[in-house]
Amino acid sequence: MVMVAVSAQGSTPDDGVDLRFGRAAGFMVYDTAKSEWGYLPNGISRGLPQGAGLAATEILARAGIRVVLTGTVGPKASSALRAARIVFRENAVGGTVRQAVAEYLAAQNLDEALA
Amino acid sequence: MILAIASGKGGTGKTTLAAALARVWGGSCLAVDMDVEAPNLDLFLKATDAGRRRAMIEVPVVAHPEACNGCGACGRFCAFKGILAFGDFPVAFPELCHGCGGCFEACRRGVLARGERKLGVIRWGTAQSAPGAGDGLAMLEGRLRVGETMSPPVIRQARALVDEMLRARGGDMIIDAPPGTSCPAMTAVRGVDAVLLVAEPTPFGRHDLDLAVKAFRPSGVPLGVVINRAGFGDPLIHDYAREVDLPILAEIPFRRDIARACAEGVPLDAMGAEMRQKVDDLARAVRAPHAWGAAA
Repeated sequence: MVMVAVSAQGSTPDDGVDLRFGRAAGFMVYDTAKSEWGYLPNGISRGLPQGAGLAATEILARAGIRVVLTGTVGPKASSALRAARIVFRENAVGGTVRQAVAEYLAAQNLDEALA
Repeated sequence: MILAIASGKGGTGKTTLAAALARVWGGSCLAVDMDVEAPNLDLFLKATDAGRRRAMIEVPVVAHPEACNGCGACGRFCAFKGILAFGDFPVAFPELCHGCGGCFEACRRGVLARGERKLGVIRWGTAQSAPGAGDGLAMLEGRLRVGETMSPPVIRQARALVDEMLRARGGDMIIDAPPGTSCPAMTAVRGVDAVLLVAEPTPFGRHDLDLAVKAFRPSGVPLGVVINRAGFGDPLIHDYAREVDLPILAEIPFRRDIARACAEGVPLDAMGAEMRQKVDDLARAVRAPHAWGAAA
């Protein structure tokens, strides 16, 4: 089971990807084992003057997220995500949350097929 | 005496007055630039470069990750994400650290060592007094490193250093405070004997003077006001000063020749006999306890 989070502009899979990681409104979470969607609000992170990406990382780590798809991750947040052993993929641009997850899973399957 | 020159609104003439007062003060006088985000007192005082010291804060370094049991206490303590604890061992973000030292107390396993982050530089030297005011003027300034945001510790470290100098040489201190009423300004006026507020007669000037009075008055320190660019606009500051019982200690007229000389770096007291008299009178007034009026 892998929990994949996507920084999202809304709380449904058909909302757009929020290109900001730390200051996203929240994260849509896809459970690959159950094929279920959930929503994780980004809490106070987005209002912090500094360290928003770090606070978001804490929220994801606590929720047991293993993969996050987003637009851009800053330098501090990327160190934090690595420390939390959360894989991140940037440049999830221009689509809905559902599309971003589908593309990620398709790429994963391709990687496995080629391995 | 320790006198702070503050304002609320920026650009009202704090540095112009601080420099002039320091130059005519006489005896042993330390002029201190605590506007560490944009120190400019030296433009008027042109002090020598006698010494400097770095301003630092203590930040955590993850020195022994193998000793960590993943309890997360350090990360839970930190309010600024200066240290995060996930799983095996914490990750430090020293650039976010406010230097409180709480993480060192929270960790019981010696995972963290004490490192340092440079905040800025404190430097000092001697400066020239106005003619007839002796040669006892020294200047010290704090200067925040470009990209750094934490000014209060630099201000506190500058203050500790001038307190030490003052104990050694005696005399008085004139502090050029930062503008505003947030942490830097509040830090700069801590432990002073009186605060001289510089205000200009505009609605904005009056508004921010009111903020400054509300911020500084609760500490019980005597407050007075100098009106700069007097005659420009309305009797706004006079009306306000009467309303809140704030003594007006001097008025610097709004004049092109003053503005021009100021822009050329001429100290106010060196702009002719009339201005020298004004500054001398102000220096005398701020030293007389009764000048601070009923509020004192």
